[in-house]
Parts: sequence; C-alpha cells; structure tokens
Amino acid sequence: MCSIKESVRSAWRTLDRELLRDVLAVATAVALVGVSFGAIAVASGLSPWLAITMCLLVFAGGSQFMAVGVVAAGGGVVAAVVAGLLLNARFLPFGLATGDVLGRSLLARLVGSHLLIDETVAFALAQRDPARRRAVYWVAGTVLFVTWHVGVVFGVLAGQVIGDPNAFGVDAAFPAGLLALLLPSLRERAVLGVALLGAVIALVATPFLPAGIPVLLALLAVLAAVPATRTAGRTGDGRTDGGRADAGRTGAGRADGGAGPTAAAEAGEAR
Amino acid sequence: MTITAVLVLAVGTYAMRLGGVLLRERVEMPERVEKLVSIAATVLLAALVATATLTVDGGFAGWARPTGVAVGALAAWRRLPFVAVVVLAAATTALLRWLGVP
Repeated sequence: MCSIKESVRSAWRTLDRELLRDVLAVATAVALVGVSFGAIAVASGLSPWLAITMCLLVFAGGSQFMAVGVVAAGGGVVAAVVAGLLLNARFLPFGLATGDVLGRSLLARLVGSHLLIDETVAFALAQRDPARRRAVYWVAGTVLFVTWHVGVVFGVLAGQVIGDPNAFGVDAAFPAGLLALLLPSLRERAVLGVALLGAVIALVATPFLPAGIPVLLALLAVLAAVPATRTAGRTGDGRTDGGRADAGRTGAGRADGGAGPTAAAEAGEAR
Repeated sequence: MTITAVLVLAVGTYAMRLGGVLLRERVEMPERVEKLVSIAATVLLAALVATATLTVDGGFAGWARPTGVAVGALAAWRRLPFVAVVVLAAATTALLRWLGVP
C-alpha cells in the first residue's frame, strides 16, 4: 500500500495547478451526479448501505444508474446486471490502451484498475509524457473516487433537496469535457476520420441495440485505420508523426514545469 | 437490487478492467498494434461523446444538451481553458432548460 500512497503523492507533486483545476472541474460534475445517484438509488428502494456499497465496489456511474433503473422498471435483477456489464464491457479495451499507465507493481495494477473510468482514461490519453500520464491518471482517479462518494453519501441522506442535476446542465458537462480531452488526439487527421466514423456507427446503432453495444460497435471503425498505420510504418511515419509532433508542441507549455521533478520522482519510485 | 446482484456487477466490471490492464502487460505488441489500440481508445471515447451528447434511452436527447456540448466544443476548439469548456457547456444547457427547451 505504501508504494501506492507514495506514487499518488509524487503524482500530486508532478501535476501543475492548471491540470489539477481541470480535474477538480470534472470532480464537481461527478459529485453532482453522485448526489443524484444516491437520491435515485434510495428512492427506488435500495438501502443506503447497499447504494453506497454498490458505488464503492462498482465505481462506474453509468452502469449503476442502468442497473438501478432496470430494477425500478420491473426488469429483474439478472437483466439489470447484464445491462450494467454490457455497458462496462468498454473497460476491457480501455484497460488494454492504458494498462502501461498505471505503474509497474502488481499492487498498482490491482488498485489502479478499479480507478479505470472514462474520465481517467481520457485525462491520461490527453497527456503525451508517460510520467504525466501516470500522474494525472492516479490523481484524477483518486479525486474522482472521493468526490463521487461524497456526492453519493450526500444524495443518500438528502438527495431530494438538490433535485435534478440536469437542471444545472451536468449532462452536457461530461461529453464536453471528454471532447476537450480528446481534441489533441483528434488533431491527427487519420485519427479524426476514424473517430468520426466510430461516432456515426454508435449513433446509428443506438436506437436498435442495448446500451453499451453501440459504443463497442464503434470499434469497427478502427479497421479503417489499419492501412493508415501500415503505410505510416513503411514510409517512416509521414503524416502520423507530424500529427504527433504537433500534439507534443501544443502540450509543451504545460509539460515543461513538471518534467524535471517527475523524472526524479520516477527514478526514486523505481528504486 | 440485491447484494448478490451488486457483487456480480462489481466482480464482472473489475474483471474487465483488470483483464484489459493485465493483457496489455502479457502481450508483446508491435508498435503498429500499440498505435491501433490507442486509436481504438480514442474511437471509444468519441463514440461515448456522440451517444452521450445526442441520445437518452435510445432516443433523441432534446436540443438543450447537444447545444451545450456544441458551445463547449467551440470553446475547446478555440483553445479556451478546460474549466471554461465544461462550465460553458453546462451553463448553456442549464439556461436553455430554464427557458423551457427540452
């Protein structure tokens, strides 16, 4: 546990104030959604303890709303679990993409895996430098885990007071935040096309398929990227590399401050 | 909702998270495949953005939310700070809802 505490602490030092502010902005929205989950869970018959246990153990808001909603609509417990798991199936490819971000020790992987949510993946992938990727993953994961549960406990106790968080536009804050984090990757022309294709596939499939599947179907779009990466490899990374360099440059201003101490912290941690 | 159901959902969800993470370590990926996996994560996130922006329960979400996200997207594209992106999106949607737009 000590090494995890240490890595969270060094991660906290690595991140500049601007990035911390970004994480806190998302944390605020997450807390509001937590309040709404707590309130809805209790209103649909979960005991406060079960609602909080569910949050601690599942830690995937979308699937929790889904499962509670299915049961409240009379869909049955099995259907609720299946719907929740379908929605969370995307974590497998997410884990594949961010597996090397969490850290080297087994304990870091075991604990870090539980913090794998859309927002932590997006925050991590938005960084180019591996040390900053790891730092923001752990800091965002820890902060969002804490604020989500503070929100849920508040919602369980006094949720009805707040009312519908969508009145504050919280439901628009999440996609907008994710999109902002995605933009550096999307500035690469080849990636932008593939991402747009994936988005269209998911949208077209949404009315016809259970939640979770359309987003997974979007992965079909990746097939379109196969030829692009093949040529990029053969011709020495013409377009791909240009995009990468550009993304690096836009992030350089931010990355500069943290690079030195991070490397030192990394070396210390590895020992 | 029962405690058993919660446990099954929790274990299944964690298994998928950890499964992906451990698979990454076990499988030696050529650089090309690594690039594709990273593109795949971007595609998944883009698909999430699209569906979360436009749809609710398999149908259209109404105009308030996509308009807010569009304002946020414009702010992000103009390289406004992240916090401004999130707040502008939420504020636009909240304002539209307050005005009675669904």
